[in-house]
Amino acid sequence: MESGTWKVKTGLAQMLKGGVIMDVINAEQAKIAQEAGACAVMALERVPADIRAMGGVARMAEPTIIEAIMKAVSIPVMAKCRIGHFVEAQALQALGVDFIDESEVLTPADESHHVWKHDFKVPFVCGCRDLGEALRRLGEGAAMIRTKGEAGTGNIVEAVRHMRAVMDGIRRLANTPQDELMALAKEMGAPFELVAEIHKTGKLPVVNYAAGGVATPADAALMMQLGAEGVFVGSGIFKSSNPEVRGKAIVKATTHFQDPEIIAEVSKNLGEAMPGLDIKQIPAEELLASRGW
Amino acid sequence: MRIGVLASQGAFVEHIAMLRQLEVEVLPVRLLQELRGLDGLIIPGGESTSISKLMLDYNLISEIRNLAKNGLPIFGTCAGMILLANKISDSGVEPLRVMDITVRRNAFGRQKDSFETELSIPVLGEKLFLGVFIRAPIIVRANSEVEILAKLADSTSVAARQGKLLASAFHPELTDDLRFHRYFLDIVAGNQ
Repeated sequence: MESGTWKVKTGLAQMLKGGVIMDVINAEQAKIAQEAGACAVMALERVPADIRAMGGVARMAEPTIIEAIMKAVSIPVMAKCRIGHFVEAQALQALGVDFIDESEVLTPADESHHVWKHDFKVPFVCGCRDLGEALRRLGEGAAMIRTKGEAGTGNIVEAVRHMRAVMDGIRRLANTPQDELMALAKEMGAPFELVAEIHKTGKLPVVNYAAGGVATPADAALMMQLGAEGVFVGSGIFKSSNPEVRGKAIVKATTHFQDPEIIAEVSKNLGEAMPGLDIKQIPAEELLASRGW
Repeated sequence: MRIGVLASQGAFVEHIAMLRQLEVEVLPVRLLQELRGLDGLIIPGGESTSISKLMLDYNLISEIRNLAKNGLPIFGTCAGMILLANKISDSGVEPLRVMDITVRRNAFGRQKDSFETELSIPVLGEKLFLGVFIRAPIIVRANSEVEILAKLADSTSVAARQGKLLASAFHPELTDDLRFHRYFLDIVAGNQ
């Protein structure tokens, strides 16, 4: 018996496909998320919209919050550590969380280095803005990738930009002749072995989720049609006026993303979506997606 | 031969890819009408609570239950095994209740306790089978009509068959080994 292998780490991500992972800040929200059909929850002290509003340094959640959430639900529980903060990651692994998100939503602890994720038994998910960034995180041992989007804005535009960039990168790699791959790897800043692998297979070797700005069922289905294999919803559910109903609707829209009639049906009577932010109004230094490299 | 793969949530793409390698017609199933005209059905791994809610919302539970009672062969892996069970020892998931087994979810613990191990599965031949267990369930009880197909070293039951229903706590779809899927297709074809 061998635990913590690459197969069981990436395997858990495979099991999450076609699902919705919801941000929750307490046991009660976690139960609502599970009841709505979430395939996992992300345990946090504050959702991204509140982190953005509060400012200051955002850190790993307080362990008792994470433990209360793990106790409340039977679905997998994820938690976030700061970029490069490998001790927060060690603590999260010790708590028994099922997945760690090394996240730009928290204040980075290291401006040069991300966590060396191969050292952990628990799998990691990391954000990216394009294929090069995705492959750097994979090289460090991430078992799942997500777009960064722009968390806490309720605005899907950045997640769309990042998903299209990842997909475009894959298409470009698949169509590049073998003898130009090394130059392309240099240009992308990506490990050559992974570049060569994607050139051959035409797809990412791990599950690729969308995150950062999903607020409606149509947002979720949009990301799925663009190639996402599942959707993280951060502030979009519990910052809306009716989390139960909106959560269920986003779950249905993610499963039936190719069925416009179902998407139209589940979009009815959801109440107010979270208030949105125009990305252009956010000062450059307050953008979360530019954290990490 | 037409095999449906329940595609509400989870690792259905891997099952579809394996069935295509075995050259059968494969259809993803998300809605009631997609259950028509199938010779067999696979319920994949994923989150059993999530899958069962989506099945309930789109009226799939009672229809799959009827089809199973009328002899439709069904193969469930991990969450799929949980959903086939008569009884789940721990939670509020609504199972199909078509197979006379009681299962316990997350029986090994959390993700850090997920593991892979070589299994002896006599019906698949002598060569060992790679069992990938991810937050896996186990079979805690089975009635006499159920044939246990695989056990761990400590005798925990992790795969079973009852008539045309087949269940595994692990994920054959995450390996390159087609034997478990071929065995299911033999059941569908009436050769097993």
